[in-house]
Amino acid sequence: MKRIDAEIVKQKLTELITDCLISPDKAVTDALENINTDSALEKTAAALIVENNRIAEEKRLYCCQDTGQAVFFVKLGDETVCPGLEDAIQSAVREAYKTARKSVADPITRKNTGDNTPAIIEYFIERGECLEITYLAKGAGSENMSRLYMLTPADGETGIINSVVDAVERGGKNACPPLVVGVGIGGVTESACMLSKRALLRPIGQNNSRADIALLEKEILKRVNALGIGVAALGGGLTALAVNIETAPTHIGMLPVAVNLQCHSLRHGSVKF
Amino acid sequence: MKIENAKKLCLPLSAAQIKDLHKGDVVLLCGTIYTARDQAHKRIAAAIKENKELPFPLQNAAIYYCGPTPAQSGQIIGSCGPTTSARMDAYTPLLLEHGLKVMIGKGVRNDVVTQAITKHGAVYFSAIGGAAALYQSTVRSCELIAYPDLGCEAVYKLTVEDFPAVVTVV
Repeated sequence: MKRIDAEIVKQKLTELITDCLISPDKAVTDALENINTDSALEKTAAALIVENNRIAEEKRLYCCQDTGQAVFFVKLGDETVCPGLEDAIQSAVREAYKTARKSVADPITRKNTGDNTPAIIEYFIERGECLEITYLAKGAGSENMSRLYMLTPADGETGIINSVVDAVERGGKNACPPLVVGVGIGGVTESACMLSKRALLRPIGQNNSRADIALLEKEILKRVNALGIGVAALGGGLTALAVNIETAPTHIGMLPVAVNLQCHSLRHGSVKF
Repeated sequence: MKIENAKKLCLPLSAAQIKDLHKGDVVLLCGTIYTARDQAHKRIAAAIKENKELPFPLQNAAIYYCGPTPAQSGQIIGSCGPTTSARMDAYTPLLLEHGLKVMIGKGVRNDVVTQAITKHGAVYFSAIGGAAALYQSTVRSCELIAYPDLGCEAVYKLTVEDFPAVVTVV
């Protein structure tokens, strides 16, 4: 049985959160730096985002003012104990967000909780000894444009493609493109939504290991980039950097499709204990 | 960073200057802008309806849809990029009727707001979403002027220099 000190978890997560909020995923900056577009406006917008990410790094500034609601994915081994784990995660958020924006409020009164807690935590129990925690900062601009489609089996692949394209067409301009489009297909309502969020964590440029799903991803990416939304929604061909689909078996009478949009400020990272 | 073909514009803008703008023009804004987002808009709209004092004069004003991160020691302001403008659509026609001339944010506006912008000779600029560190470096002064209880949603009076934006609705 492995035992992990919650205080160490708190310290490591506090550092991870701050580093992620300053430096977005390098693959995004690289893609914007190497953009191939005929639109002068799209080129300017891409250059401004690259410059933004450079300034953020140089001055240790948050790359985006929406430092988000903190989302965690926790893989915990069934032969590992970490008493106080949940408190440690919430404390890390409280500590790291002292200098970041407090963006969490009561949904009815809109009163701010004051310390950016509670974080959203999803747990996965694995066999053996392990603890791995992944952090994702989720801003409102892109999360607000996410959608759930309850399709029928008859809708099939065409229905899936049309739903994802519809979500990007309707919300993409407000979601700070270029986007990563996370798609969760299957399970029940919440599992589709959770899959769509987890899909955002896959490295940009890596397709699903299932060939049929990888084909769907490529087809949807082509369709989404043909919408003409472009970088910073100023018109152009780079609306999305990736479409990542994750699936789970679903009921014979169902086809849930969740679409989670992620802005170009893709801020995530993992730590293993 | 030098931006090609960008036009320098000093706020407040005259009716003639706004008339001269075209969709897609890249501008570098200088002068005074006021931050206001969801909750500040709710209060400003309520103040207008109840004939109460406003946090700043709306006549010819420029509003920036923004909620910055807290300033750290030695900083004028924290990171301060634009937020989604569409959430302010519900309040915008009323503010335009009371003299608002410039809005800066990100994303699209609804038809009612687009028509009201044209009707009142106003302009909506898109700032680059997610470029909060870049915009931080354009702020020369920052003063908290209203609703301090709202935290990042309070109203700040900013002086900016060479703030890049793109004409989106005019």
